[in-house]
This record gives sequence, structure tokens and C-alpha cells, in this order.
Amino acid sequence: MSSQTTAAVFTGTAEQKEALMALIDEHRGQPGALMPVLQKAQDIYGYLPIEVQNAIAEGLGISLAEVYGVVTFYAQFSLNPKGKYVIGVCMGTACYVKNAQAVLDRCKKELNIEVGECTPDGLFSIQDTRCLGCCGLAPVMMINDDVYGRLVPDDIPGILAKYQQQ
Amino acid sequence: MYRSHILVCGGTGCHSSRSAEIVEKMQEELAAVGLTDEVQVVQTGCFGLCALGPIVIVYPEGAFYSHITPEDVKEIVDEHLLKGRIVKRLLYQETLDGDNIKSLNETSFYNKQKRIALRNCGVINPESIDEYIGTDGYLALAKVLTEMTPDDVIDVMLKSGLRGRGGAGFPTGMKWNFAKAQPKGQKYVCCNADEGDPGAFMDRSILEGDPHAVLEAMAIAGYTIGANQGYIYVRAEYPIAVKRLQIAINQAREYGLLGKNILNTGFDFDIDLRLGAGAFVCGEETALMTSIEGNRGEPRPRPPFPAVKGLFGKPTILNNVETYANVPRIILNGADWFRSMGTEKSTGTKVFALGGKIKNTGLVEVPMGTTMREIIEDIGGGAPSGKKVKAAQTGGPSGGCIPADLFDTPVDFESLQAIGSMMGSGGLVVMDEDNCMVDIAKFFLDFTVGESCGKCAPCRIGTRRIYEILTKITEGEAEMEDLDTLKELCMHVKQNSLCALGQTAPNPVLSTMQYFMDEYIAHVRDKKCPTGVCQKLLQYVIIPEKCTGCTLCKRNCPVEAIDGKVKEKHTIDTSKCIKCGVCMEKCRFGAIIKQ
Ligand SMILES: Cc1cc2nc3c(=O)[nH]c(=O)nc-3n(C[C@H](O)[C@H](O)[C@H](O)COP(=O)(O)O)c2cc1C
Ligand code: FES
Repeated sequence: MSSQTTAAVFTGTAEQKEALMALIDEHRGQPGALMPVLQKAQDIYGYLPIEVQNAIAEGLGISLAEVYGVVTFYAQFSLNPKGKYVIGVCMGTACYVKNAQAVLDRCKKELNIEVGECTPDGLFSIQDTRCLGCCGLAPVMMINDDVYGRLVPDDIPGILAKYQQQ
Repeated sequence: MYRSHILVCGGTGCHSSRSAEIVEKMQEELAAVGLTDEVQVVQTGCFGLCALGPIVIVYPEGAFYSHITPEDVKEIVDEHLLKGRIVKRLLYQETLDGDNIKSLNETSFYNKQKRIALRNCGVINPESIDEYIGTDGYLALAKVLTEMTPDDVIDVMLKSGLRGRGGAGFPTGMKWNFAKAQPKGQKYVCCNADEGDPGAFMDRSILEGDPHAVLEAMAIAGYTIGANQGYIYVRAEYPIAVKRLQIAINQAREYGLLGKNILNTGFDFDIDLRLGAGAFVCGEETALMTSIEGNRGEPRPRPPFPAVKGLFGKPTILNNVETYANVPRIILNGADWFRSMGTEKSTGTKVFALGGKIKNTGLVEVPMGTTMREIIEDIGGGAPSGKKVKAAQTGGPSGGCIPADLFDTPVDFESLQAIGSMMGSGGLVVMDEDNCMVDIAKFFLDFTVGESCGKCAPCRIGTRRIYEILTKITEGEAEMEDLDTLKELCMHVKQNSLCALGQTAPNPVLSTMQYFMDEYIAHVRDKKCPTGVCQKLLQYVIIPEKCTGCTLCKRNCPVEAIDGKVKEKHTIDTSKCIKCGVCMEKCRFGAIIKQ
């Protein structure tokens, strides 16, 4: 699991704060509200810094410890900002036996970052993910919601270039 | 009425290879030649043969085009649809029989299959409730609500012998009966769409290809046990499935097939989605419910079973996506029909996800009791490279590796368990002689160490210790005694863990030790990895007979570990070698091997 504290300085905007408050109001009092609120809050901010967790705890009337406990339990929640484009290289069985490691290594080499890190320009971050359910195309990676299959390491530079130009 | 229908696969696999673009292009080209009113383009769910994607099928001819790119679209429209000439060059070659084309059902991939759970995948447009209704959709719900009592439904389910497809194989009718027997009041129906098994993607395909089937079955379950609310817990990693489910729910509400007073029978039932957040243990039933409640997804001891005390403390049933997908057909066709397929104790069919070193990767649905060999060799087409298939892994991190000499085992719940594996959710990953079985065991333990929720010590600490011993073995640091310790530790974790995650985590180790002990011994005693996968045990060597002394390897070695003069045999100094593999890549004579 990723590190347990937030490294970056928090810089939330007023619009983000407003969206968060509206989100909390919408879910207040519903049973099991915490997960959907955290998921949407992460969409708003891109990650879940302690400031946001605090606001959610207060808004939903639960302890910060409970919120933090849930955030650190699930792999999807991040305490650190992610890149604009999140690269998830599948490390599921079908991909693993078809040498997904080489694809992951090439991504790390091209971007010069490690798994869990973000490029200095904030464009990319890399994760190793669980099975993406496209095992028929192994090895597979996802960049945000786009899936790329039947990869060989030499495909990586071309794919990344597409996002760099956008 | 359209004269032709073009089906374009919109499953995740084909989607990633630009099938959406193909649909767009198809519509453009049809418009350009004025065929828009005569030819309908439908984006469907997965056809199952992901290895050939993107796939386009044109009816009424049933021409099966494979590996289509947007650039091919114009040719298909101009030749096939305008001039009526099938583009043979683009056909799946197996459907080509001299000058004729064979129907898909005659190809070796499809002819042994029996598609029930996948019946609509690749056939209808999953975003259209009308197409679902057109294939008898929601007829089972109507029949249940108007003609059957809850006891009748349970009777059919029990007689059908349907067992849970999520892994454990618990009889579905019995589960529903327990929940129904609870006092009236708030109850829940849940669907497990967390599909955590790496290598399994049948639930994804059903959700993407036939979402209404799941909604219909959940409503039937709701009526049976007396629940008015359902939840589908679906992985956030499946964006297309989430989107289509949401569309389906909205459409069903619009048509009055979900919500209040369904079909004017006074029955209320609604369904909401809950997204998972990337924790494998949340596929376990009690953990899944804890997660829907908004907590850390940790399992809790059973009893009480969820049928008595489940979600929010209320009686709850949880079934897997594929289990639900079977329900409407069982209601419509009857228990005897379902029993006529499969074996005595494992009735019906099972979907398998073929992956790994196999030619026809994709989804297949076969009657229970089909042998592994039929699935892997006849339907799957064997290993693509012509290499020898060594083993198949079923059941994911809870299952085991089945060696090729046991491939005549029929696949049903009992037979797989008897040989140290399990059905699991139906992932079937094929491995060939290039895969190291110790490394595979380590891969799975790495997975369970990461996914152990940490609540109970045998699983939290035990899996880590197992992983450490496996690491020692793959690095050549282990002694023979370690193998005994490993086995003992595995038994300990199996017997003492709280939930099935820990109880089954040692299976990949135990089964590989049972069938591939020689590989373990090679690593431990001879300090060798027979397949050359374990880096630490590798040695790059030059075969003198093949070396021409071209010096290419020597010039490319980053650490000057290679010695030799021009036109003379070269050698590698293993104490300097960092095993980067550059020399082997560069050698033009195949003179460098790793061993
Ligand atoms: C660690 C663990 C992970 C599981 N993951 C899944 C899963 O991803 N999907 C699923 O349907 N069942 C999963 N199960 C099985 C469920 O606990 C449960 O038995 C099943 O969903 C019940 O539905 P069924 O009777 O229709 O199979 C998992 C079990 C364990 C112990
Ligand atoms: S193992 Fe990679 S997509 Fe399933």
C-alpha cells in the first residue's frame, strides 16, 4: 500500500470546497455514505489530503480516525496527488505470465519514475494494478479509462506521446 | 425493417482496439452510400473470442470478420453491403470453407460451447432494454410475479441444482430459502460484481453484454425472499460495466420493471450501484457487506450467516453475477432443462476465461463436466507458440496449478477440489514450459500478502512468512529443510485463518509442491531455475560451438563481463555479470543462452 501521509502541500480552490460541501450535504444521513463520498471527493480533488478527510468527517459526523481507516484500507484512495494521466499496468495472472513486468519496467524507464510516483510536470503517475478484466488481451495497461492490450515494451513510447501532445 | 445487421463487439477487449471508432466509421460509410435506412449497426457485448478482436459480424450472411481496423470499414461497406460480395480476406479463416462460409457455431471455438449465462453477449445491444425484452427478457420476472409463489421459485431453484458461480459452489436455492425463512421486514439482495480473481473476466462480460439479465434475476430473488432493495457491488476498474449497468437500471425504472408496484403486482424493488475501491478481500461476502456499509472491508466470523444477519444487520443474500445470469432461463425453461446439462452434482454450464499461453484467449461457456483437455486444446487451440503446455491455473489466488497430465479431469466443483485446485470464479490461465512454477506460487503469495486485510494473525503474518520462504527458494538461499517448514506453515495458515482468503491462500504453493516438486528441488538443491525465470539463479553462458567471435556481445556488455578476441570463442565472467540480458538480445547466432 502507498505511503500513509500526504507529502504535497494542500492547495484546494473555493470551487472545490463548494463541490465537496454540496456532496456531503447530498449524502448526509444516508447509511453507508462514506465510500461514495470519498470516491466522489477524490474525483473533485484528485486525491484525499487530510484537510479533505477532516471536512468529510465533520460533515458526516464520524471520527477522522474512521475516515482515515477507510481511506488507507482501499487501494483506490490516494493520499497523494496523482498524475493527470494515471497509468495502471496490469499485474494479474494472465498478464504476468505474458511478461507484464517488461511493460511496467519500460513505463518506469520512459518516464523516469517509480511505481506510485508522479512525473514532476504532474502529467503521469504509474501504478501496478490488479486484473483489469481484459485478460484476453494480455499484457494490458490502462491510462485513465483507456485500455491498451497486446502490449510489447516498444509500444510504450508511442502511447505516452499521444498523451504528452494533448 | 433492415435488410442487414452489422454487429460490432463493444466489450472491453474490442473497445480497447478501437471498436467505437469502427462503429462511427461504419455509420459514416453507410451514410455515404445511402444505406443508413437499410443496414443497422449494433454495438454488442463480448463475443468471447477476444483473441480475434475487434470483431464484426454481418447478418443475414453471418460473415465473421476478425481483426478489423477502422481502415477496413470502407471495404466492407462497399464490397459486402453495397455489392453483396463478402470480403474473404478479412474473414476469420476458420469460417472459410473453400468458397463457402461456415457458420460460427461450426468452428472449433464455438461448437463445444453451450451459451446460457452468455446467451445475449454479442447478440443484443446491451444499452437497449427493448432488445433484451425482444429475447424474452423480463418474461421470467413476469412469470414469477403473476404465476408463482416464493415457495414455487425456491422449489425450481433447488431442483435445478444451480450452485454459486462465485467460487464456493453453495446451492443457490438453499441460500434463498434461508433468507426467506427469516421473519418479514427489511431484507436485501446483493450482487457480487467485485470479480477479484486475476485472470477472470466473465462477470465483466456479462455486465457489459447483458446487464438486464442480472437486474431481472435480482428482482426475482427480491420477490422470493421478501426484499425490496438490491445493491450491486461492482469494481471501479470496470468503467464500461458501471456505465451500462446504470443505463440498464434507469431504463428498467422507466419501464416500470424496477421501482414501485412492478407490473401492477404490488411488488416494489429497486437496485443501486456501489463501487468497490480496489480491495480483493471485499469479494468475500461478509467483507463486501461491511464495505457497502461504508467501513474498512474486513470480513467477520460466520455464523451468523448473512442470510440471517447481513447488510446493515438485516437478512441478506449475495450471489455472483454469473449465478444470477442463469436464473431467468431456469425459471422460463424449468429445472429439468437445466439439469440435463452438466453432471449429477454440478448442473448446468460454467463460463471460463481462457488466458495466458493459449491461442484462443477469450470466454467460453461449456457444460460442467467437460474435460480440461477439451477446453484447453479443442476450444482454446493449445499454446500459440507450439510450445508444450505445462499446467493450467484455476481458481486464482485460492486455487491451484493442474499439471498437463491431469487434463482429462472433468471440470466440476468436486473433481477440481479432489486434485488440489478449485473452480473459483472460472479463470483459467494456461502456462507453458517457459513459466517457472515456484515463481508462479510466489506471484500468488505476493498478491495475498498485499490483499490480506490484516484482521487475523495467521493470514497477515503467515502469508508473509510463506512469501519469504518462497523468495529464499527463488534466490537460491534455501535449504531442503525449508521445504518442510514451508509445507507446515501452509497447513497452519489454511487451518487457522478467519476467512477463505487466508484459508485458501496456501493452495497455489501446496499444489505446485504436489505436482512440480522437481522444480522446487532444482531451485533448492541445485540452485537452478529450470525455466530460466528466476533472475538470481540465472547464468548467461556462451555455447562455444555457435560463437563466431564477432565481438558484438563484448562491445555491448555494460560491465565488461565478456572476454574474447575477434574470431575466437568468447566467455562470460559470471562473477561480473549483472544478468541484464543485453548480450543475448544482441547475439545474431543464438550462441548465448540463460540457464
Ligand atoms: C477472498 C475472497 C474473494 C472473493 N471474491 C469473489 C468475487 O470476486 N466474486 C464473487 O462472486 N465471489 C467472490 N468470493 C465468494 C463470495 O464470498 C461468495 O461466496 C459469493 O459471492 C456467493 O455467491 P454465489 O453463491 O452466487 O457464488 C470471494 C471469496 C473470498 C473468500
Ligand atoms: S490479468 Fe491482466 S487483465 Fe486480467
